[in-house]
Amino acid sequence: MFDLTGKTALVTGASGGIGRAIALALSKAGARVALSGTRRDALDAVAKEIGDTAVVVTANLSDAASVEQLAKDAEAALGGGIDILVNNAGITRDNLSMRMKDDEWQSVLDVNLTASFRLARATSKGMMKRRWGRIVSIGSVVGTTGNPGQANYAAAKAGLIGLTKALAAELATRGITANVVSPGFIETAMTDALNEAQRAAILPKVPAGRLGTADEIAAAVLYLASNEAGYVTGQTLHVNGGMAMI
Amino acid sequence: MSDIAERVKKIVVEHLGVEEAKVTENASFIDDLGADSLDTVELVMAFEEEFGVEIPDDAAEKILTVKDAIDFLKEHATS
Repeated sequence: MFDLTGKTALVTGASGGIGRAIALALSKAGARVALSGTRRDALDAVAKEIGDTAVVVTANLSDAASVEQLAKDAEAALGGGIDILVNNAGITRDNLSMRMKDDEWQSVLDVNLTASFRLARATSKGMMKRRWGRIVSIGSVVGTTGNPGQANYAAAKAGLIGLTKALAAELATRGITANVVSPGFIETAMTDALNEAQRAAILPKVPAGRLGTADEIAAAVLYLASNEAGYVTGQTLHVNGGMAMI
Repeated sequence: MSDIAERVKKIVVEHLGVEEAKVTENASFIDDLGADSLDTVELVMAFEEEFGVEIPDDAAEKILTVKDAIDFLKEHATS
């Protein structure tokens, strides 16, 4: 149903569990995909899995110049402008607010929010020219509900929602949509780090009674990246097994 | 050099879908020609392509009228 043949995509954080699943889903639908991240070998492994429709570009998303360069490198490697931007890269530096250091705050805002803005800025001109574009940012349920110990992460993820709504309003007339996919608890390295007690506390709050899978996030991204979702913009699609119905 | 003025006007007519007669040198893209702010960004992109120049953001923000565009391009155009 969702055919992305002839489209190009840039997925940040593509070596992580969710990023990898997104890259695989987009390429399976026919898109050529640029995989970005910091770990070259992990990215190469994902690229190998995909085959010759994937290219690898490394970047440090906390550095402004590196982000600008990433957009250029990805376009050069793909041999054309980026049609689909997936802002997936994210980091956590959890701490109680009263103990949170400035650099813990800033580094999470830089990577999770500011880099997404910079990439949207760098890619949207080309999308405007082609009268087609998709900007999908990966948020988090905690961006809407909050979470103790994650003031920085929750603020950055909530920020993505505001950024997305502004982009959607600015770019709608040019065939460009901007949306957020907001995962709940998904089986990834990030949630593997939770201990048993934390898991036991989470599961009763999830009506579905299980963690989600990376593929279930990728499917939501694929939909929002498709032609079929052309009238959906400025939205947050929650994929969380019902843990927050908002 | 009048050639630059003609090319600028042609781009404005095509891009904004306005009558040629309305595209006078003193016409403001937004106030007189019905452009929105995104149209002005696209006009600048079209000028960049046509004239082979890069128009930096601070210069682009000062291009408000047809004459502003012609003056900038007379100075910087390479093609």
